[in-house]
Amino acid sequence: MDFYSFLIQLLNAVQYGLLLFLLASGLTLIFGIMGIINLAHGSFYMIGAYLAFSLTALTGNLWTAILLGLPLSVVFGVVLEWLLMRRLYARDHLDQVLLTYGLILVFEEMRSVVWGNDVHSVPIPKLVDFSIPLTENLSYQAYRLVISAVCLVIAGAMYWLIQRTRLGMMIRAGASNREMAQSLGINVRLLFSLVFALGVALAAFAGMLAAPVSAVFPNMGGHILIICFVVVVIGGIGSVRGAMVAALMIGLADTFGKVLLPEAAGIAVYLLMALVLLWRPQGLFGRQ
Amino acid sequence: MNHTLWMRSLLAACVAVLLLFPLAGSVYYTQLFTKIMMLSIFAMSLDLLVGYTGLVSLGHAAFFGLAGYVLALMSPQYAAANLLTTLPAALAASALVALAIGLLVLRTSGIYFIMVTLAFAQMLYYLFHDTKLGGGSDGIYIYVKPALSIWGWVPFTLESKVVLYYFTLALMLAVYALLRAVLRSTFGRALQGIKANEQRMRSLGFATFRYKLAAFVLAGTLAGLSGYLAAMQFGFVNPEILSWHQSGNVLMMVILGGMGSLAGPVLGAFAFTLLQDLFESLTKHWQLLLGGFIVLVVLVLPRGLFGLFEYLATLRGRRRGHDD
Repeated sequence: MDFYSFLIQLLNAVQYGLLLFLLASGLTLIFGIMGIINLAHGSFYMIGAYLAFSLTALTGNLWTAILLGLPLSVVFGVVLEWLLMRRLYARDHLDQVLLTYGLILVFEEMRSVVWGNDVHSVPIPKLVDFSIPLTENLSYQAYRLVISAVCLVIAGAMYWLIQRTRLGMMIRAGASNREMAQSLGINVRLLFSLVFALGVALAAFAGMLAAPVSAVFPNMGGHILIICFVVVVIGGIGSVRGAMVAALMIGLADTFGKVLLPEAAGIAVYLLMALVLLWRPQGLFGRQ
Repeated sequence: MNHTLWMRSLLAACVAVLLLFPLAGSVYYTQLFTKIMMLSIFAMSLDLLVGYTGLVSLGHAAFFGLAGYVLALMSPQYAAANLLTTLPAALAASALVALAIGLLVLRTSGIYFIMVTLAFAQMLYYLFHDTKLGGGSDGIYIYVKPALSIWGWVPFTLESKVVLYYFTLALMLAVYALLRAVLRSTFGRALQGIKANEQRMRSLGFATFRYKLAAFVLAGTLAGLSGYLAAMQFGFVNPEILSWHQSGNVLMMVILGGMGSLAGPVLGAFAFTLLQDLFESLTKHWQLLLGGFIVLVVLVLPRGLFGLFEYLATLRGRRRGHDD
């Protein structure tokens, strides 16, 4: 592998990893703070991608589609939390797994009713629809760099939100000890609602960003969901920093696995998880 | 009639109905019931982990699918495989893989356990999906169903749908009896103790890890039995039988029926599969109904259908008590 093909793979790995981070950070927050196992997280990614498809067709531009789609997904998250998730906080993990599993079926079928079962594509916004030439016959899609850049900005914003703001302080307090946070006067119910909506919005946003490069297709949430769980488990449940490190690790393992050992590419990611868990059962940044 | 007697006679009546069913039911329903009884074994095996030991596995399909693949790989192309060699081989493979996976996953607990079992099942899924080992994503066909053969003497083959039905029924009852005996033994009591309070069991001197591992291997082996039967009935295997949807469905059967009882998962397997059959006949978008139904069950029936029956039975008993 020469330097430029290596560079392309590296950029792809980072882009995939950062996209996974958007999904996994929401998932890990919902896990860590609300104590909810949300199998339907992949569905939010799918819904985001399909929203991007419809709204881009409507408005003619992915950016406006995202601007319209984000508030929609926040509202969707708040309603879902209010309608269903709220009833699960006191329940066993088992009930959460089941209810969200039922939701996957419902969302997937609603997708089929609303959008049908065809594969769709979403055009890359004109402004960034070009490739950067690297050598005579190798080039890199500018849009992929845009995805990475946007994800990095979001990651930075999340770091600021969680480490530097009052809301972030409450989120951290809720993650480390829910009862204590509540007794200190934090409105945990509202906090949960916010965290869930944030998670849904992040997942939907990831779906919208990824739509032009990954295409929009049925069951697209299923595969990415499991990978996100792997990211969360490797990083340590509830740790956003862990999610970032693990997402990049998975991005690298998956991308280079596909290049070096195409036969075993699917397994590489899970093997990595097994090794990490053997070493640290609570994940890289998880608390004991 | 008191509560246990009521439940027992209900169970006996169910077995009697199952025994007579192929005489009355259509070929379609005989096949459907065969499939359900296979899934009942699968669900009971998972209940040993979820309902009795407190280990929520979301990767139980790994052992189910693995045994199916062993049968497919050992079957000659146009001749019947021998039940006497392929079944023990399939069970041994499931048991060995359950032992290996169990040694790793039992280091974790709670949410981590759910996720890690899921991840290991996915690993197997991709092993069969991405490599040529088991025909890739297309899978392998099993053209001829296995037969019992003892040095050339063949007492029966499983080609006939009715024979397969009774064979499966016998195995389902055997698994029920086996698990019942296991759960009444010291070993089974220890598992239930682990579910209630693992710390306390450990301080009482039980090596809880070994108990959990033994339960995990037993459950994996029984899941293998069910997967072997299912692969035989469907006539093919593909990676989907190892997929996490399969694990999710069987977990649903356990919960729907009511975990922590042996009749519950069987009831769940029947209810889930028959409902799916009903919804499929109603609409193309049956998943919407099934998903909605699952959500509703979680919200309204936290203890499943079996819990509902038990509740009704105690209600009956209580009303009798008031009348006297």
